[in-house]
Amino acid sequence: MSRTPLYVALAVVIAGLPLVCNAYWTDVCVMIGLYALLSLSLNVMLGQAGIFNMGHAAFFAVGAYTTAILNTVCHWSIFLTMLPAGAAAGLFALAVARPIIHLRGDYLLIVTIGIVEIVRIALINDVFGLTGGANGIFGISRPVFFGFRIVKGLQFYYLVWGMVGVSMLLFYGLWRSRFGRALNYIKEDDVAAEGCGVNVTGYKLAAFTLGAAWAGIAGTVYAAKMLTIAPESFNFMESVILFAVVILSGGSQVGVLVSVFLFIGLPELLREFSEARMLIFGLAMMVMMIWRPQGLLPPLPRRYAMPPPQEGARP
Amino acid sequence: MEQFFQQLLNGLAVGGIYALVALGYTMVYGVLKLINFAHGDLFTIGAYLGLTLLASWNLAGVLPPAVAVLAVFVMVGLLVALIGVLLERAAYRPLRGANRLSAVVSALGASIFFENAIMLIYGARVYVYPDFLRPDFTVDLFGVSVPGVRLLILGASVALMLALSAFIQRTRMGAAIRATAIDPGAARLMGINVDRVIALVFLIGPGLGGMAGLMVGIYYGQIDFTMGWSYGLKAFTAAILGGIGNIPGAMLGGLLLGVTEALAAGYVAMAWKDAVAFLVLILILIIRPTGILGERTADKL
Repeated sequence: MSRTPLYVALAVVIAGLPLVCNAYWTDVCVMIGLYALLSLSLNVMLGQAGIFNMGHAAFFAVGAYTTAILNTVCHWSIFLTMLPAGAAAGLFALAVARPIIHLRGDYLLIVTIGIVEIVRIALINDVFGLTGGANGIFGISRPVFFGFRIVKGLQFYYLVWGMVGVSMLLFYGLWRSRFGRALNYIKEDDVAAEGCGVNVTGYKLAAFTLGAAWAGIAGTVYAAKMLTIAPESFNFMESVILFAVVILSGGSQVGVLVSVFLFIGLPELLREFSEARMLIFGLAMMVMMIWRPQGLLPPLPRRYAMPPPQEGARP
Repeated sequence: MEQFFQQLLNGLAVGGIYALVALGYTMVYGVLKLINFAHGDLFTIGAYLGLTLLASWNLAGVLPPAVAVLAVFVMVGLLVALIGVLLERAAYRPLRGANRLSAVVSALGASIFFENAIMLIYGARVYVYPDFLRPDFTVDLFGVSVPGVRLLILGASVALMLALSAFIQRTRMGAAIRATAIDPGAARLMGINVDRVIALVFLIGPGLGGMAGLMVGIYYGQIDFTMGWSYGLKAFTAAILGGIGNIPGAMLGGLLLGVTEALAAGYVAMAWKDAVAFLVLILILIIRPTGILGERTADKL
């Protein structure tokens, strides 16, 4: 059973969606794309390697603030800040994860909650005098791409979803590689993986750093779209939403997209129930763990081509 | 010196509340090896139920304030204990044999569910406790005048902790809880009804947590639906600090964390008060994951 038709259908729907959307719905779809980007980056650590990170908003925040500071203080162009934003988020993740990466799942979860809270409190307290305290930073400029200014929702839509597409291709390649196999092995049984000579700590750190750096890049796009950023956008609840989206998706990339549309997009359609969105989220998490612990669309088993039969070999 | 003494007592009062909540985490962890993420929200439910009982049932108008508060304490404890048992039945028992992390995700889901249920029922605003409930006498202690409410809160939490210790150490049910915590399989073979022990733990832990929620309402005078997360995380930190699964450890850890936080707020910086607990948590997990009183080395930690 292949999922190629599913991917093609999704790509066609996403490419054609703005044709039927008004400005408001295009903006909603931009936000969905941003969540998709963040969830895909979290999927690298949580879905692929089983690293329970519930502080993903912290790395998103580091990226967004790096962009905002470089843009407003140093007047860098937005696209130039993308690389430093990703690097800053990745380095920050590497520094905080190094001492805690060996912790077992539920403990790691608690520590990452602690990290996202400390980052938020630090941002509110205007650490280094750069983050603007509780009001945040405003006056971020629009991204310019070789003289082409990205202003409208439609332009952001294709920017964000283009990045989602690139990320999916990249992470698919990663999944197929030795690196991806090692991460999956660690998720299934880290003791056995260590026993087979997989450098568990090294791979976990690499997955953590890569996912965090990607979240930092998503932070750049977020800052450019919003023009203002404030600490409250990066609170713990955002991390919980991302965590729930990835857990409920089952860990495949197409599952993440479906889950993002279900949990970020659907509440917008059902405006009158949007207050109860998180309630349904919580209920869904409980019900899924009892009836379908593997998630909505778990990754298909890996397939390997059989070697061609050799001449003269006995069956 | 006087400021130090005041901060110390304030820290002990808050620490007593942390300790009561931490007991719920540590007891559930002891028997199920599960971090009950919904525990903080059971604490919030306690605070809201207390308010509803006091305000809409007009208990305080019928009974003298002291008796009313006592009656509400008992009722809140019982009601939250009932919710705790239902939670275990619905969200944790079906996952008893499953992957541990499935149970953790289910617990997180339960927490999100409770928090939003409270928000939908009561609304997202801050609620104020009737202030005549708060005892406003002061006690002269070593030449320093101390608000009586601090001593009462500290006294109540210490009394509850002593009662729990006696129950765990002296009674047959307590022995069954201890046995199940050490080895559920062997306990079952010895004729202990493990399901009933787990239900009992989910009666005691949430009951104490609910009463702690009521104490916070009386002590600070206001409650909101998100307070379960911060108190829950701090109480969990206290449980880890003392050694998770260890009942005296949770009490010690709670008091220690409360004092540390109060002194940090008084002498370092008020704005960083909430970050202190998280910093303590991260440091313990890096340096000594078994906590102060935990001697058992946890596997794969």
